[in-house]
Amino acid sequence: MMGFLQSGFDSLAAMAAMMPLQPPAASTIANSVDQLYLMLSGITIFFSVLIFSIIFYFMLKYRRKSPNESGTQTHTPMSLELTWTIIPSLICVGLFVWSSSLYVRNGRPPASSTEIFVIGKQWMWHLQHPEGPREINELHVPVGVPVKLTMTSQDVIHDFYIPAFRVKKDVLPGRYSSIWFQPTETGTFHLFCAQYCGTNHSEMIGWVYVMSPTDYAVWLAGGEKTESMAAQGERLYSQFGCGNCHSPEAGSHAPSLAGIYGKPQKMQSGETRIVDEALIRQAIYFPNSVHLPNYQSIMPTYQGQIDEEQMLQLIAYVKSLGSEERMNGK
Amino acid sequence: MSTSQEKPVESGVNYLNATYGIRSWLLTLDHKRIGLLYLGSITLMFFVGGMAAVLMRLHLTEPQGALFEPETYNKLFSTHGIIMVFFFLVPSIPATLGNFLIPLMIGARDVAFPKLNLMSWYIFITGAALALYATLSGGVDTGWTFYPPYSSLYSHTQVVAVALGVFVAGFSSILTGLNFIVTIHKMRAPGMTWFRLPLFIWAMYATSLIFVLGTPVIAITLFLLGMERILHVGIFDPSVGGDPLLFQHLFWFYSHPAVYIMILPGMGVVSELITAFSRKKIFGYAFVAFSSLSIAVISFVVWGHHMFVTGQSIYAGLVFSVLSFLVAIPSAVKVFNWTATLYKGSISYEAPMLYALGFIGLFTIGGLTGLFLAALATDVHLNGTYFIVAHFHYVMVGGAVMAYMGGLHFWWPKITGRLYPDLWARIAAAIIFIGFNLTFFPQFVLGYLGMPRRYAIYPAEFQVLNVMSSAGASILGIGYIIPLVYFIWSMRYGPPAGKNPWGAKGLEWTTQSPPLTQNFEEIPIVTEDAYNYASEAAHV
Repeated sequence: MMGFLQSGFDSLAAMAAMMPLQPPAASTIANSVDQLYLMLSGITIFFSVLIFSIIFYFMLKYRRKSPNESGTQTHTPMSLELTWTIIPSLICVGLFVWSSSLYVRNGRPPASSTEIFVIGKQWMWHLQHPEGPREINELHVPVGVPVKLTMTSQDVIHDFYIPAFRVKKDVLPGRYSSIWFQPTETGTFHLFCAQYCGTNHSEMIGWVYVMSPTDYAVWLAGGEKTESMAAQGERLYSQFGCGNCHSPEAGSHAPSLAGIYGKPQKMQSGETRIVDEALIRQAIYFPNSVHLPNYQSIMPTYQGQIDEEQMLQLIAYVKSLGSEERMNGK
Repeated sequence: MSTSQEKPVESGVNYLNATYGIRSWLLTLDHKRIGLLYLGSITLMFFVGGMAAVLMRLHLTEPQGALFEPETYNKLFSTHGIIMVFFFLVPSIPATLGNFLIPLMIGARDVAFPKLNLMSWYIFITGAALALYATLSGGVDTGWTFYPPYSSLYSHTQVVAVALGVFVAGFSSILTGLNFIVTIHKMRAPGMTWFRLPLFIWAMYATSLIFVLGTPVIAITLFLLGMERILHVGIFDPSVGGDPLLFQHLFWFYSHPAVYIMILPGMGVVSELITAFSRKKIFGYAFVAFSSLSIAVISFVVWGHHMFVTGQSIYAGLVFSVLSFLVAIPSAVKVFNWTATLYKGSISYEAPMLYALGFIGLFTIGGLTGLFLAALATDVHLNGTYFIVAHFHYVMVGGAVMAYMGGLHFWWPKITGRLYPDLWARIAAAIIFIGFNLTFFPQFVLGYLGMPRRYAIYPAEFQVLNVMSSAGASILGIGYIIPLVYFIWSMRYGPPAGKNPWGAKGLEWTTQSPPLTQNFEEIPIVTEDAYNYASEAAHV
């Protein structure tokens, strides 16, 4: 059965290669999405053909033969009504289970993912690798490695869409969203903004370059020498004087940031929140909305002083503090 | 056709010639005349919106854009969407055919609140005038979805004026819905029990429920958007603590049910056409009737499927996905029952029937492609692409507009008392069917290939499919102009239609064409079920 299905998929794939009816499938999830797509297409074609053939058959067979003729009245058997209610219901349940399990599975990034940061702004994509290199409307990634994108927008809602990877996610101002993918072949693939964002929305496009790991290493090392994002964040940390309160030596004005990323944090309201990108951003832009027990709300807002790109660097720095802390064994 | 051999009513007074002059129309309280006022207004809006579509498709014949700057293109697709959704599709069947037919079909002299009915039309044209004014004085470039913060903070176009136009027109929907609900409850002729109602009435009833319950939400949403834009209150703007996704939740809470405002009346029309042209009682009356109501109810809880890729939680995604699959079932039940109605019928193929059969085919495809978007994993890839555009045009144009055209052709002899040339009407129906498929089928493929919607320019590899789509649009455009010509021609030169040119059942066919101002000389007493074609066979 699976072999039959597989050969069916293969022959369809061969057809698709001749007529460009299918986008390149270049990520680990692409084929699984395509299989569901093919099944849905099969169901659509089956039921359309079924309905059309029945209609055409009835049209010919029961065509009005004399002007005064009336139809023969038929009764409505309950069994028939139940049949065509229950069968579509079962099909829908099956499709729901299939598509949802795929969605849940596809939505979870592997723990080992490389993280790359994305900022959408009218009308370009800014990307930064943790090692430091920045890109505009281009994304270089190694093949075979899971990549997680952490994304935000500087202005309106955008949407980061790589058709060849079958991934898409809105990129919103004021919050972080993420997608992940693992490219399976090297090559160049479209990158689109898929949420209308204003005048030059259709020019907010670019290319994803999937490279072999060695090529990627060469690419990372090439170009201008740049500091890592964490190092850039550390410079911002001292430039804005964050350490005046947040360093362990500064006393009890503010919590130490070492090792807090990813940990649960008790809030004054009693609720517990995980310290993630969103909470760090909120604490820096809207400090009055983050109340911690044992600390007074004396932190000023840095909205307008720190932009979204610097914010991501600060977050990278806070994350790196966690690992240093563990390394030092404190 | 047994009844068409009766002498057509001549020299009689009817609602069209009872009074003359512009005042008699602008101050009329006759539901039939108000229906015609709507018909004129929305036909104008349809051709304005259609012109925008034709210009867009011409522009997209070239990857770099053949005609316009992106800014102009953006205004064109926004105008097209706003005009077609809020000022054509939403009022289309309810305000024209619904207004004209509900009292006739239930055996009443008018709707429950005739003055409110006229006021609804004035409110509608005020909203439409505002929207047209905004379009001509700079236009709007937000798309019909008005997503903030683009619409509230970044767009430099006439967002407030257009939103106000939609806001105002919404009150027309609410009042019309209210009027219809009360009319259907209180004005039915003696003997016209709920289960003797034509299915068109059931569909209008379900639609009216959505009008009354859903429209206030879009009004509130657009009001908040206006406040945000003018006063910068932080409801949707994240930089002052608002949430842009809140807008999307509110917007789709109305706008998904609005999809059913557009398609349910079409389903009602098709139920009438299929029975009339196969001279048979509808198969599964109760199933068709209750599927209308269940669609109306479920439609309120599926809005989140527009937001699968916005970052709403996985659990919300799962719930909205299963509910969206659920809404497919009553639609499927309807399609099966229509098909089964043909079984052992006496089927003839005048133009209205061609539209009805076209509707079933295109709605089937439109509905089934909706499953791709209810399924989370495929929606992630297809959301925001041309697949969406193709899907909802199969439902909205292939479904709702086909049914509207079918309904107009079916009841035109009743409305005007004249027949249009059936051959031309059949040719036009065929042209529309072919043009429609050529326009929108390639867009399914474009979407799967990954072409995003709302792109003024696009990568060259998508050109072939875009050119096919544009070619189809020009055929479709011609298809819509032909009926305009012969309908106008028929009003003066068409042969008299007589009471019942199709030999159809239903109270509207028992009165003269065009009907009297008071609809019936005497209020009819109903003694039989709807679509009782068996009794006619006995009489002939």
